Amino acid sequence: MNNGRLLAAILTAATLALVLIGTVWPVPSAAAYAGAKNMLVTSSTAEAAVGNLGDEIRAQAWGKAYAGLANKAQFTEPEFVHDLTGYYPSLLTYTTLDKFEVRPLHASADEAEIELKLHWATVVGSSTSIRDVHVIRNGDRWEPEWPITKEPVVPPQVIPVNYLRWDVIYSGNGDDWGAQNVEAPHVRIVDMHPVERADGVVILGELLNEDVVPAYVSVAATLLSKNQTTIVTEGSFDKISHLLLPKQVTPFLIKFPSLSLSDIGSIRMTPMSALVAASADPVIEIENEQLHPAPGASLTGQLINQSGQIVNVAHVLGTFYNHAGQVVWVADEYVDTALLPQVPVQFEIHIPEDLARNVSSQRTVIATYSSGGSQ
Amino acid sequence: MRTRLPFLLSAMALSMTQLALAQDGCQTLPKTVEAGSAFSIQCPGSGKVALYIVGLGQVLRRDVELGGATFFAAGSLYEAGHYLAFLSGASSTETGSFDVVPATKPANLSFLAKPSRLPVGLHNGITGAVYVFDAYRNLISAPTPVSFELSNPSGTVQKRIVATRDGAAWTAMDSTAQQGTDRFLARVDEISSARVIGQVPGDPCELKMSARQSGQAIQLVTDPVRDCNGNAVPDGTIVTFTETYSGNLSTVDVPLKHGIAEVQMAGHNGAIISVASGVVLGNQIRWEK
Repeated sequence: MNNGRLLAAILTAATLALVLIGTVWPVPSAAAYAGAKNMLVTSSTAEAAVGNLGDEIRAQAWGKAYAGLANKAQFTEPEFVHDLTGYYPSLLTYTTLDKFEVRPLHASADEAEIELKLHWATVVGSSTSIRDVHVIRNGDRWEPEWPITKEPVVPPQVIPVNYLRWDVIYSGNGDDWGAQNVEAPHVRIVDMHPVERADGVVILGELLNEDVVPAYVSVAATLLSKNQTTIVTEGSFDKISHLLLPKQVTPFLIKFPSLSLSDIGSIRMTPMSALVAASADPVIEIENEQLHPAPGASLTGQLINQSGQIVNVAHVLGTFYNHAGQVVWVADEYVDTALLPQVPVQFEIHIPEDLARNVSSQRTVIATYSSGGSQ
Repeated sequence: MRTRLPFLLSAMALSMTQLALAQDGCQTLPKTVEAGSAFSIQCPGSGKVALYIVGLGQVLRRDVELGGATFFAAGSLYEAGHYLAFLSGASSTETGSFDVVPATKPANLSFLAKPSRLPVGLHNGITGAVYVFDAYRNLISAPTPVSFELSNPSGTVQKRIVATRDGAAWTAMDSTAQQGTDRFLARVDEISSARVIGQVPGDPCELKMSARQSGQAIQLVTDPVRDCNGNAVPDGTIVTFTETYSGNLSTVDVPLKHGIAEVQMAGHNGAIISVASGVVLGNQIRWEK
């Protein structure tokens, strides 16, 4: 009993002591999040100044971040915020900064160039953007100049849209047995290859909508052992363009981590399709597609929205072929800015270094999502 | 249903044990009764007993006076199947059995036609299956001729007559070369059931585009896109334009609108421009400014 009281007294005393220490000498980040004082460290170096800016962006302390900029006379605080989170609803609108990296590029006594790599946590995974920040010395402090990208201006114009859309009426519950229903779209897998990678088996392929109606598609693969028992079934998830218009082709990629091709006897592919209401717009042009060899192998290009409708999220899927025309890899990227009419937006899809030398051609498709739209 | 089941089981068990008495009880028990028709049962003797008629789909009970006829009105027994009839009195139980058979006159058809949409020119691409039922939804198992008729808007008619086997008849027909909405009709006597079959164009054939200067860019336009039977490929079909220049590539997927696909591209000097739809390749143009 006495021991219990002694332990309770010790714990109480320890807790009070820790609370006292934390209040009198708080950890800088805790103080910053509590809004007590400025972030982490004083901006006595260029790197520290950019680091502070990164911390303020992560804390969404837009006012503090804007106030610390050297070039704030060139733009307003809302413009600064929109430059980071998007002028129109996009992938970055509902995101937070997960972490950032600061890398000095060049420095002199009074100015420096610092690379600020921002890792955003979005609903579709991590999205990285890089800003080269010019930092200038102002007395004993360093102040960053934010490389603002101003809101793209779309010239006033009328874009005629010959709106094409499919709607579907399904059979009702009260219909007789044997009554007709609308036929599901006919889709076909036109290519499929299993590939062994360091982290498991990957199944790559392409799916064609050979019908005259739009299809919502997905692909599942079941791996069977050599004695034809099921090992595992997995779907393509978002490594596919789910909406296929008539005669449209999408790549797909299905991952099976921790498996080896030697474990597999056969593979059963199951393409699934459903008839859905859909729109044929918007039309997106992919311009200046370029394959860049290793190191840093990638596919770059620009997306140009040829329609009048704003595209909030664009998903770019690249299919990479070898000299024989076989699919060797499928990769994708979500574009984190909205696509405005006729405004080019860059994309970059990374290709695994070991596969890059086998790639001789590619094909890119875009899946788009518009708020309030059906596509 | 819950209350009927124990009763049914006990009735069946009882009938099994009393089967020996079956043929001596009610002399006029019919061997077969057409579903829904009127019939009567006469049992000799005297006194009041309960007459039960028990089948998998129906159970009837009548209080009867032995020595007289018990009448069952039209429509009282309508589920086809094997039935047991037994008299349950104070002193003894007598049983017999008979069959209720489907009516011979068809009244309903269940018509399954597949698919509801298919490309033109497919041999045996359309299948139809018919199940023939009487007015009480009993499957008529006696051979019945069924007429299948597929007609398209141009007036072409394919016709087959197939006799049912075990209540079902089926056939396969070709889709024609012309797109349109076909009417697929199944008929037995005066009873018919119709389905709609959409015959849609096949893959584009001889996809061809032309190019012209439009300001700094080029305007690419396809000829009206048709399949190999001359049917216009429907709007919304994706046509892919590809411009290859100096190792670079530009592509755009354009849906057909009013039968053609149209797009503006940069049109670099010396670029090779190609067009495709699905797995069908069209012509190539070398663009020189």
